[in-house]
Amino acid sequence: MNREIAILGVGLHPWGKWGRNFVEYGLKAARDALADAGVDWRSVPFVSGAATMRCGYPGYVAGATFAQALGWQGAEVNTSYAACASGAQALAAARAKILSGACEVALVVGADTTPKGFLAPQPGERPDDPDWVRFRIGLTNPTYFALYARRRMALYGDTPEDFAAVKIKNAAHGAENPNARYRRRFTREEVAASPMVADPLRLLDVCATSDGGAALVVSSLAYARKIGKTNAPRIVAISTVTPTFPNALVEMPDLATDSAAAREAQPFRAALPRKAYEEAGIGPEDVDVAEVYDLSTALELDWIEDLQLCARGAAAKLTREGATRIGGRIPVNPSGGLACFGEAVPAQALAQVCELVWQLRGQAGARQVQNAKVGITANQGLFGHGSSVIVKR
Amino acid sequence: MEACVKEPFLPGWFTLDAQAPHLIGTRCAACGTYYFPKETRYCRNPDCQSTDFEQVLLSRTGRLWSYTDAAYPPPPPFVAPDPYRPFAIAAVELEKEKMIVLGPVADGVGVEALRVGMAMALTLEPLADGKLTWKWRPA
Ligand SMILES: [Zn+2]
Repeated sequence: MNREIAILGVGLHPWGKWGRNFVEYGLKAARDALADAGVDWRSVPFVSGAATMRCGYPGYVAGATFAQALGWQGAEVNTSYAACASGAQALAAARAKILSGACEVALVVGADTTPKGFLAPQPGERPDDPDWVRFRIGLTNPTYFALYARRRMALYGDTPEDFAAVKIKNAAHGAENPNARYRRRFTREEVAASPMVADPLRLLDVCATSDGGAALVVSSLAYARKIGKTNAPRIVAISTVTPTFPNALVEMPDLATDSAAAREAQPFRAALPRKAYEEAGIGPEDVDVAEVYDLSTALELDWIEDLQLCARGAAAKLTREGATRIGGRIPVNPSGGLACFGEAVPAQALAQVCELVWQLRGQAGARQVQNAKVGITANQGLFGHGSSVIVKR
Repeated sequence: MEACVKEPFLPGWFTLDAQAPHLIGTRCAACGTYYFPKETRYCRNPDCQSTDFEQVLLSRTGRLWSYTDAAYPPPPPFVAPDPYRPFAIAAVELEKEKMIVLGPVADGVGVEALRVGMAMALTLEPLADGKLTWKWRPA
């Protein structure tokens, strides 16, 4: 059974700190994606929205809200919330609808407006909420990224210079991306001189939060042929698996890992691309380009290994050798990644797919990965959510 | 020593024995999985349907799995001392329970005094608002 769908069109609202309502960003991205696809909004029977939990009431009903902004025309709607994987789950809902034959074409949209500064929990005394407890004793989001980074230093001998190399590489990529929020190149000295946030991670090692919007128009392969887009990039896998108990890694916002007293501990991040490879029937050796969730510079190195693009512990060496740069053996984050975008949660997983589409179509301009045929995304967020999507042409 | 008895910021999360405090967790009576914070409703082991838990004191020593610090004051509900002093944070692996537990590191112990694999022990110290919390310190 063919479980592939076509990506007909993609669109982004540039990432930034614009401070406007998230619906505006989603609307701009959606209109761009529809125009890119050459599909009229009135002929879209399904809208799948990726929700944010911060933007108040409309955020909980993202699908309907974006559909209303485009002009209600009787389409069916869906709304997905899955933290960093919200966009991938919204995409999976559209794929299910298309593969079941219930519709031929669908619009997927995610957009976010983020608050300033540290992401903080809801107010009030709430000891049942691990998020409240961890902030009460001073554990912020960078705490977790820094624990993983320090662990890499102890296990594999990674250095702060290795982490800085990721920032320098991603900044060089993002400098060529008009949709990126930060388009400045950085030197090793500048990264080393930026203030320490959570030892060993400095300000330039940790990603910001941003406003942004991303959208895709997807369809059955038959529909793509019908409108003359036979060679459109195809989605060949969407993995959104949960962790398997007991989760080996201490994850935000938890205070402790699962206990491995009764069962052997399992890593979560590596499980996400494993399922995607299995679903696509390909292996890491087939991948030409990857977009991964570099919430921190060190985390990009973890992802490279979780995607099996190199052996465990070898990602810093791979980066030092230039293999993950555009022009290298396996370019990682040619968009500039979160280092240059900042995180706009419900839009980010979709933005990763948009970048792969431009790369696979050969439309990425100065950041083009030559002859890219297979791309993979990976991200992971709160509450056991994560995703990995494979796109092929 | 402090004259007055300090209150924990969360009652029932750790014992108040100043010399040898323990975190209070639970253990599934059927499969032996430990939980911190306490789980009393359902076992998260997919092969276990137990709803039967016993309260246990977790090991008060372990190995340092990783560490970091908070260079900037965390946002509320953290109560930052004025002036703010950065503090270290530890992730400690408990051998018997096979789990990693996070916590701030005792006052005066910075990241330069820590290294992965070293022995750590649980201690109690007040937060800036005077409420007691668990912390880790080199054993
Ligand atoms: Zn059990």
